[in-house]
Amino acid sequence: MEPILSARGLNKRYGKVTALNNCDFDLMPGEILAVIGDNGAGKSSLIKALSGAIRPDSGDIFLDGKKVSFSSPIDARNAGVETVYQTLAMSPALSIADNMFMGRELRKPGFMGKVLRQLDRAEMERIARQKLSELGLMTIQNINQAVETLSGGQRQGVAVARAAAFGSRVIILDEPTAALGVKESRRVLELIQDVRARGIPIILISHNMPHVFEVADRIHVHRLGQRLCVIDPKDYTMSDAVAFMTGAKLPSVHEAGAEAVGN
Amino acid sequence: MTNQAEVDEGLVQRTEAVASFEHQVTLLSRLQHALHSNPALVPLIVLMMSIAVFGALLGTKFFSSFALTLILQQVAIVGIVGAAQSLVILTAGIDLSVGAIMVLSSVVMGQFTFRLGMPPAVAIACGLAVGTFIGFINGWLIARVKLPPFIVTLGIWQIALATNFLYSGNETIRAQEIESQAPLLQFFGHSFSFAGAVFTYGVIFFIVLVVFLAYVLRHTAWGRHVYAVGDDPVAAELSGVNTKHILISVYMLSGLICAFAGWVLIGRIGSVSPTSGQSANIESITAVVIGGISLFGGRGSILGMFFGALIVGVFSLGLRLLGADAQWTYLLIGALIIGAVAIDQWIRKVSA
Repeated sequence: MEPILSARGLNKRYGKVTALNNCDFDLMPGEILAVIGDNGAGKSSLIKALSGAIRPDSGDIFLDGKKVSFSSPIDARNAGVETVYQTLAMSPALSIADNMFMGRELRKPGFMGKVLRQLDRAEMERIARQKLSELGLMTIQNINQAVETLSGGQRQGVAVARAAAFGSRVIILDEPTAALGVKESRRVLELIQDVRARGIPIILISHNMPHVFEVADRIHVHRLGQRLCVIDPKDYTMSDAVAFMTGAKLPSVHEAGAEAVGN
Repeated sequence: MTNQAEVDEGLVQRTEAVASFEHQVTLLSRLQHALHSNPALVPLIVLMMSIAVFGALLGTKFFSSFALTLILQQVAIVGIVGAAQSLVILTAGIDLSVGAIMVLSSVVMGQFTFRLGMPPAVAIACGLAVGTFIGFINGWLIARVKLPPFIVTLGIWQIALATNFLYSGNETIRAQEIESQAPLLQFFGHSFSFAGAVFTYGVIFFIVLVVFLAYVLRHTAWGRHVYAVGDDPVAAELSGVNTKHILISVYMLSGLICAFAGWVLIGRIGSVSPTSGQSANIESITAVVIGGISLFGGRGSILGMFFGALIVGVFSLGLRLLGADAQWTYLLIGALIIGAVAIDQWIRKVSA
């Protein structure tokens, strides 16, 4: 099987700091791939390179086997790669519908849209409402309420719904449960599985081992700017994973061989 | 795995209730919500109240269509510049160069006609182009070179003002000359009356501009992006807004509107004077702040600025008709500014 999104030999340096050191990456179709690693391991840089937020100094990224080069998050989005950032990237004073369609607004058909460039609010609100109810988020009554009046979990839900609504190829979730309570985390994990059930592969960056082991199909362990190994959560325990990512334990030849998947 | 299963068992009997305080929907919290979704409401109420108070004190002397449209004429220029200022402040910036751009553009229009002998229409187009170009420099320095708007526009203010004096040689073009040779320059000074109400073309331009900008800000993608950039530029960038493009276009549009204000200024004072309009910076910021547009960006509406400009006009005419010292106007305007910012802070604390 061909990986849907892959990277070979990514390098990124910030002055003397090496964030990515000849890093490889593979995401298979329809899977949830967790990316774990200690602070400073370069997870964020890897994700930013894949989502177009930074340009790697060297190395190639492939989407569906074709080489791509994202110069901005907009490029990546146009290619069908959607990212939910840890900060959520939403404008607090604007409404849910405004936020969901930020940067890809729909205009009215005909004269009003083409000449007067008027937005089709009714249509955007309809789609936003539909996307939220598909993901069971219709506890939000008013699609026009400002995002700053929502709770943390609701905001996360809106951000995931935005990504799910437009991400046709890949969805990247950066620490989606870090700021949430137990119940809200559960809701977001269910959301992630709903999205996978629709056939869209997900990259999940998380520090929360129970969450990672619950939903991930494979786990990419990142250490010192490169992929240390890829493990199957069914074959390893959480303490093994933590040992790998902190360097307390090295993967055996066989485990490191898992890296060859997709090559 | 087992750990998670244990955690989940605890969730089986979970209740859906979240910790909550007894929440009273008071009149005050309803008001806070109403203001949160309609930021132009406060200046509208203040405007209505001040018209009512001065109307009661002065009777028909104030409460006539003539006096009320006189206010419009008096605030038209500050209002037009205030519209430019509103756009900039919505992006969490500030434009201190608005007044200087206005004067320089009007001087270009006048001097190009009389010194270079250009047809007035061409000279006006040149003046508008100069205003837009200065706006572009502002926007480029802020968006590309990433200098703070306050510093950039402080510098451009001085540069534009000095250019204005150097180029014009401190020379005023007299109203009679303009009237006889290039009446187009005074176009916005013409007026028509309607049942005692007098509308100059400048006032009409002001109103049309506000309606146009209100439409653009509310109903086009560009308008929503202006708000998003002011609200949280990083979030806007990540959700696919070209923030640099938006910032540069906002400052360019601000420069163009200020150049139009320069043309309206010629109509209002009749002559082209390099020393006119010096207080337009501060007055436009005053109108914007009283109009409830947040100096931190992303909140407020251009209609609020319209009401804010009118409030200033109502106070100054009303107090003048009452025979009060002009300093009372400044004193009250100062109090209004502080009150408006206090209300803005309160509205921001709105909770769900």
